[in-house]
Amino acid sequence: MAPVLTVKDLSVRFALHDSVVTAVNNLNFTLEAGETLAVVGESGSGKSQAFLALMGLLAKNGSVSGQALLGDVDLLALSKTELNQYRGRDVAMIFQDPMTSLNPALRLKQQLAEVLVLHKGQDQKQAETSAIAMLERVGIPEPAKRANAYPHQLSGGMRQRVMIAMALLCQPKILIADEPTTALDVTVQAQMLDLFKTLTDDFGTSLVLITHDLGVVAGVADRMMVMYGGRPVEKGTVDDLFYDPRHPYTLGLLHSTPHIAKRAERLDPIQGMPPSLENLPKGCSFHPRCAFAFDRCLAERPALTALDNGREKACFHEGPMRYGKVA
Amino acid sequence: MIQFILKRLAVAIPTLLVLIVVSFFLMKMAPGNPFAGEKTVPQSVLDNIYARYGLDKPEWQQLAEYIYNVVFRFDFGPSFQYRDRTVNDIIAQGFPVTFTYGAWAFVAASVIGIALGVVAAVRQNSWADYLSVGFSIGAQVVPNFVMAPILVLVFTLWLRWLPGGGWNGGHWSNVVLPVVALATSYFANIARITRSSMLEVLGSNYIRTARAKGLPGWKVIFGHALRPALLPVVSYLGPVFVGMVTGSVVIDLYFSTGGIGQAFVNSALNRDYSTILGITILLGALTITANLVVDVLYAWIDPKIEL
Repeated sequence: MAPVLTVKDLSVRFALHDSVVTAVNNLNFTLEAGETLAVVGESGSGKSQAFLALMGLLAKNGSVSGQALLGDVDLLALSKTELNQYRGRDVAMIFQDPMTSLNPALRLKQQLAEVLVLHKGQDQKQAETSAIAMLERVGIPEPAKRANAYPHQLSGGMRQRVMIAMALLCQPKILIADEPTTALDVTVQAQMLDLFKTLTDDFGTSLVLITHDLGVVAGVADRMMVMYGGRPVEKGTVDDLFYDPRHPYTLGLLHSTPHIAKRAERLDPIQGMPPSLENLPKGCSFHPRCAFAFDRCLAERPALTALDNGREKACFHEGPMRYGKVA
Repeated sequence: MIQFILKRLAVAIPTLLVLIVVSFFLMKMAPGNPFAGEKTVPQSVLDNIYARYGLDKPEWQQLAEYIYNVVFRFDFGPSFQYRDRTVNDIIAQGFPVTFTYGAWAFVAASVIGIALGVVAAVRQNSWADYLSVGFSIGAQVVPNFVMAPILVLVFTLWLRWLPGGGWNGGHWSNVVLPVVALATSYFANIARITRSSMLEVLGSNYIRTARAKGLPGWKVIFGHALRPALLPVVSYLGPVFVGMVTGSVVIDLYFSTGGIGQAFVNSALNRDYSTILGITILLGALTITANLVVDVLYAWIDPKIEL
């Protein structure tokens, strides 16, 4: 089956005062129908910007190039007006901060119903009924009553449920969730991930989960793409990457995650700081922080190359990596 | 909501009483009195006049009688300056004039100011932004006592389109110039406040959500951004409304409109005690009402505010 989304050579640039930074550099990936793809990386790795670009939501100084094929429609070639037919209907997005992502001045039912009025041509009454049904589906108690509430009358978890309901109203082909659980309590996070899983399965929606939390990835994702400095450095199934990471950065991320079985006093972070996009290191952008870097890494940028089982990595290092034993 | 409004109206009564008392004593503390003039008047004549207007009584008694008349007979007393006119007459004659051009100026300033502010914010850093900001600043730096003669010069003397003064029972041609002169000094501020508040709202997360839904641009602006963006504008508009409908001495002076603004200033200069107090009470009542309306509007704009 053809993938629902094929992204080719996606680059995102921001014009600064006197320079241009490239936040996302020649990103290629596909998203299959119904799968969950986790996009993982530190702050500034370009993971959010790549998907904001798909949604036409870049900041004013941002520009995008490349292709993003939704079926045979290139989202990046559309005008704003044309794009409006697709966003919210075929591609929906949920944001990190549920506290501020809903309009404080409008009742929930207004904010939900307008999506259906817009994309499905329903009348206001019909749309409100469907909205209430969707609120019930995402686990909001007394949905008919809550639909009349304003956002400030709901807790953070409830608001994120409303955001999910809003995104799923049109049963989109793709749901992009940008750090959907970061601002929530851990217990609420787990509920939310369950909800994502159930609903995207029910609707056959492909889920893109942008996160820096590997716990979240392990829970719900099928495949993952690790990004560093605006480029993907490793792609593959979640199982492969978790049990057999081939890129030192993936390995570092896994090691810096607290583990319930290990009674470590301190976490084991990746040394150094994420690179400044204005001034990326020469060669492999990860080499200054990499325990396995050698001469070639300083001079040449490793390309993303295919490995077995559909995996890809961008690293010159061959053979096993043993973390903590720095050569 | 109704309870809130009733409560506020109940509080308004003591507020107005305090206003009367304070104004009364401030007025009495000012040197001179309504009948002090350059001509020396025999003391016996003065005594007669004082007795006629009740000025011979102790001040607390004057105050008590004044309050009694205002509260129970809605009588603001005779003017100390114009022998055959009461303060009620002066207000009844001047206030409708002032209210007419003030209210129109308020509407014009709000509509133009908000529209310019929204356009400037939506097209930030474009020629439309620079044009509306430039226009606003231009309007702001020209005070109305400069604006008024310029308008008369252009529209009355050069173009001969509009009369340069008079009220003529509120004929539209007499209303236009006072409205324009009064509105220009205010719409600039309204535009500036709208622009910056709109910019802030347009950069907020919930506007990004609205865009992600695929809403067309105008719906994002008018359906989602405008209402929250108007909050600071509304708080500015309350006092502006009062300032405008209570008139401007400059407007009354240049256009001979005969509004209450000029009457107020004249009364203060002439120590026309009853007129000063009458107009002060009117201003106080209007201010209290405008603030109440602003608070109710707040609650409508921002559901977090519960009345």
